[in-house]
Amino acid sequence: MLEVGLSHYLSVAAVLFTLGIFGIFLNRKNVIVILMSVELMLLAVNINLIAFSAHLNDLTGQIFALFVLTVAAAEAAIGLAIIVTYFRNKGSIAVDDIHAMKG
Amino acid sequence: MGIADLFFYLFSALTIGSAVMVISARNPVHAVMFLILAFINAAGLFLLLGAEFLAMLLIIVYVGAVAVLFLFVVMMLDVDFAELRAGYMKYFPVGATIGFIVLGELMALFGAWKSDGGISVTPKAPIPDAATITNTEAIGQVLYTEYIFYFEAVGIILLTAMVGAIVLTFRQNENAKRQNIGDQVARTPETSIEIKKVETGKGI
Repeated sequence: MLEVGLSHYLSVAAVLFTLGIFGIFLNRKNVIVILMSVELMLLAVNINLIAFSAHLNDLTGQIFALFVLTVAAAEAAIGLAIIVTYFRNKGSIAVDDIHAMKG
Repeated sequence: MGIADLFFYLFSALTIGSAVMVISARNPVHAVMFLILAFINAAGLFLLLGAEFLAMLLIIVYVGAVAVLFLFVVMMLDVDFAELRAGYMKYFPVGATIGFIVLGELMALFGAWKSDGGISVTPKAPIPDAATITNTEAIGQVLYTEYIFYFEAVGIILLTAMVGAIVLTFRQNENAKRQNIGDQVARTPETSIEIKKVETGKGI
């Protein structure tokens, strides 16, 4: 096998990102698993940022990975709060049922 | 192949394997558990890349907070997950098609970048030698000087998320008795004491 370098990390991140997209399509009805897939995609982005940070010898990538991490945490908190509120009002979290706004 | 390379293959295989389980697990609780495993292994990858602070942060923030939040929500909601899984395979072809397109695009992009000779930039904040300064200290030195405004903006985002989550889920309980300080302070002897003349031998 080759020496592990930037391309290896980028490949892992690409596969992880693809799995996140795949998960969104596969679990079209379950909004909780969709949120988890989004988390996987953000993790892939973080791996990319940190791999480039190590490759280019620049700390900026790590700083931005930190920001992505915080925004992902905020997104998860808000998303789950919306799910809980929706479930309280409608008794279901199926994505197909969420059409009250006709958007 | 050194020991670090072996660990890279271990961590990346486990990360991708658990990511597959996250999107295909029947039980959402298992999906959350595999999400935790994926995050822990990604933290291992971060360690291999020399980002120790972010690796620990990933474990604290994701495994300690976000994944537990997911777990709470999955367990709190009384949802029939089997019903949500109905027609699961219906979306497999379109999902696989789009997934492979995206993967191909990412790989092609990387190939083009590689064949172009990569990029050479002058690092804005070069990573100092790990022997002289720890990764955490190096990040702190850049984060609180160069990126202080971004740092504060992120703090505001977190505040917004906190306020939003509380506003969305807070429910006032009508039965709960609460202290009303205004009412307490406004009480006077006239409003709270009543004098009754009791006739002898009759009671109230």
